Amino acid sequence: MSKLFPKSANRLPLQLVLYLFVLGGIASAGINYYATNKWANVGYAPVQPVPYSHQLHAGQLGIDCRYCHSNVEKSGFANLPTAQTCMNCHSLVKADSPLLAVVRESYATGAPVPWVQIHMTPDYVYFNHSVHVTRGVSCVECHGAIDTMDVVAQAKPLTMSFCLDCHRAPEEHLRDLTKPEQAVTKLGWVHPGGEAGQHDQGVKLVQDLKIMPPQSCSGCHR
Amino acid sequence: MRHVYFATFFLAVLTVSVLGFRGTRSTRPPIELFPDMDHQAHLKPQAGSTFFDDGRADRPIPPGTVAASAPLDDDDGLYHGMDADGTPLKAFPATVTVDAKLLARGQNRFTIYCAPCHGALGDGQGITKQYGMTTTPSYFDPRRVKLTVGELFGTITNGSPKTPEGKQNMLPYADKLSVEDRWAVVAYVRALQRTQVGTLNDVTDAAQKEALLKSK
Ligand code: HEC
Ligand code: HEC
Ligand code: HEC
Ligand code: HEC
Ligand code: HEC
Ligand code: HEC
Repeated sequence: MSKLFPKSANRLPLQLVLYLFVLGGIASAGINYYATNKWANVGYAPVQPVPYSHQLHAGQLGIDCRYCHSNVEKSGFANLPTAQTCMNCHSLVKADSPLLAVVRESYATGAPVPWVQIHMTPDYVYFNHSVHVTRGVSCVECHGAIDTMDVVAQAKPLTMSFCLDCHRAPEEHLRDLTKPEQAVTKLGWVHPGGEAGQHDQGVKLVQDLKIMPPQSCSGCHR
Repeated sequence: MRHVYFATFFLAVLTVSVLGFRGTRSTRPPIELFPDMDHQAHLKPQAGSTFFDDGRADRPIPPGTVAASAPLDDDDGLYHGMDADGTPLKAFPATVTVDAKLLARGQNRFTIYCAPCHGALGDGQGITKQYGMTTTPSYFDPRRVKLTVGELFGTITNGSPKTPEGKQNMLPYADKLSVEDRWAVVAYVRALQRTQVGTLNDVTDAAQKEALLKSK
C-alpha cells in the first residue's frame, strides 16, 4: 500500500496547535493594543473652524482657563466660550484678522461657531466637571498640557480604568485649593516635594475634606 | 508551515502599518468599535439638534422669562447697583458685607476675568497691552478713582460707557460673574485703588497706623 500522507504529516497536529497559540497571542496583543481608547481616541485633533491656539492664549498670554470655560466650576458641563468672550479682546486686537471672520460673524448674528467636540464620554457615563475641579483635580489630569497645544488633541484615554485608577487613589492627584499657586488651572504645577510630598498632601486632603470618589457602578452609570 | 508563519508575520506588519501606532495625531473622528449606547437620543448642552430650525440644542430664552431658581431681581441696589430712581449707588448695598472673605473672592475673580487687561495691580498694564490693547485705563486716574461702587458694578454688568461712535471698548462681564461675585470684584477694585490713592487717615487700626508712622 502506498503512503497517503508523507511522514512529516505526523508532526502536523502539533504544529497546528503551536501555530494557534502563536496566532492567539498575536491576536490578543493586537486587540489589547488597538481596541481601546488609547488607540481610537488619543491624539484626536479635529480641524477647527477658527485656528484658535491654547498655546498662545492660555500659555503665552496666561489667560486663566475659566476666563473662557467660565462654567467649569459651576456646572457639570465645561462650556466653550461665547463669541463675545473672544470679542472682548478681538474687537481691539487683530480686529480685522481674516482668521477671526467666523467669530465676528457669530457675534454679529448670534449664529454659533461650529467648534468640533474632541473629548467625549459615552452617553451612558455620567461625568461632571464641577465636582472634580472644586475638589482639587486639575484640568491637566484629564486633558494633558492644554496650554502647550496649538491645536487641542485628546491626551488621555478617558476609559473606565483611567477614571477608576484615580478614584481608587485620589491622593496622588489632589491639589490644595487654599493655595493660589496650586489652582486647578495652573497646569504646570507639580508638588515641590515630589511624589512623596504629593502623597502626604493628598492623604491629608482626603481626610480633611472627606473626599470619596465613587467606585461603585452606579456612581458613573446612573 | 514556514510559509504560514511568514504570511502571519506579513499580516501583522500590514495591520500595524495601516492602523499606525497609539496616540498619533489624527484629524479623523475616532473609530467606535462597539457604539453600544454611546450616542443616545437626547439633547446635550452646546450641541446640535436636527429637531429645531436653527440646528442647535440650546434654546434661546423667550423674552420675559423669570428663572425659577433666582429671586426676582427687584432689589435695584443689589442687582443693578442703582437707587430706585436710577442713580448709581455710592455705598455697598445692605445685603453685601465687605469683609476679608469677600475681598479674597474678589481677588480670585479679578485675577481671572480682569487682570488680562487691567493688570494684577489695576494699573492697566495687563498682558494684552503689549499686543495692542492700548485703551485699557488705569484705575488710579482721577476720574476713575471717583467712580462710585454703583458705577463700577454697572461697568462690569453692562460694559464701559459707549464712545461717541457708539463702540464699547470693554464689553459686559455679567454672563461670567454672578451678582455676588460682581460685588466682590467691585470691593477688590476699591481695595486696589486704596493701594495708590489711600491716605494715612484710611487706616482704622491704631496699632497699624502707629507702625506706618514709624516706618516713614
Ligand atoms: C484676553 C484677550 C484675548 C481673548 C479673550 C481672545 N484672544 Fe485671541 N488673541 C489675543 C492676542 C493678544 C492675540 C495675538 C495677537 C498678536 O499675535 O499680535 C490673539 C490672536 C488670535 C488669533 C490669531 C489671529 C491672527 O490673525 O494671527 C486667533 C485666530 C485668535 N486669537 C482667536 C481667538 C478666539 C477664537 C477667541 C475666543 C475663544 C480669542 N482669540 C480670545 C487675545 C485674546
Ligand atoms: C481665550 C479662550 C480660552 C481659554 C483661555 C482656554 N480655552 Fe480651552 N477652548 C477654547 C475654545 C474656543 C475651544 C474650542 C476650540 C478648540 O478645541 O481648540 C476650547 C477647547 C478646549 C478643550 C477641548 C474641548 C473638547 O471639545 O473636547 C479643552 C479640553 C480645553 N479647551 C481646555 C482648556 C484648558 C485646560 C485651559 C486652561 C489652560 C483652556 N482651555 C483655556 C477657548 C479657551
Ligand atoms: C476628571 C477628569 C477631568 C478634569 C479634571 C477636567 N476635565 Fe474637561 N473633560 C473631561 C471629560 C471626560 C470630558 C468629556 C465630557 C463629555 O463627554 O461631554 C471633558 C470635556 C471638556 C470640555 C468640552 C465640553 C464638555 O464639557 O464636554 C472642555 C471645554 C473641558 N473639558 C475643559 C476643562 C477644563 C478647563 C478643566 C479644568 C478647569 C477640565 N476640563 C477638567 C474630563 C475632565
Ligand atoms: C485625577 C483624579 C480623577 C479622575 C481621573 C477622575 N475622577 Fe471622578 N472624582 C475624583 C474626585 C477627587 C472626586 C470627588 C469625590 C468627592 O467629592 O468626595 C470625583 C468624583 C466623581 C463623581 C461623583 C460625582 C457626584 O456627584 O457624586 C463621578 C460621577 C466621577 N467622579 C466620574 C468620573 C469619570 C466618569 C471619570 C473619567 C472620565 C473620572 N471621574 C475621572 C477624581 C477623579
Ligand atoms: C469612575 C467612573 C466609573 C465607574 C465607577 C464605573 N464605570 Fe463603567 N465606564 C466608565 C466610563 C468612563 C466608561 C466608558 C469607557 C470608554 O469610553 O471606553 C465605562 C464603560 C463601561 C461599560 C461599557 C463598555 C463598552 O465599551 O461597551 C460597561 C459594561 C461598564 N462600564 C460597566 C461598569 C460596571 C459593571 C461597573 C461597576 C463595577 C462600572 N462600570 C463602574 C466609568 C465608570
Ligand atoms: C478685554 C480687556 C478687558 C477686560 C478683561 C476687562 N476690562 Fe475693564 N476696561 C477695558 C477697556 C479697554 C476699558 C476702557 C473703556 C473705555 O475706553 O471707555 C475698560 C474700562 C474699565 C473701567 C472704567 C470704566 C469707566 O467708566 O471709565 C472699569 C471700572 C473697568 N474697566 C473694570 C473692569 C473689571 C472690574 C473687569 C473684570 C470683571 C474688567 N474691567 C475687565 C478692558 C477690559
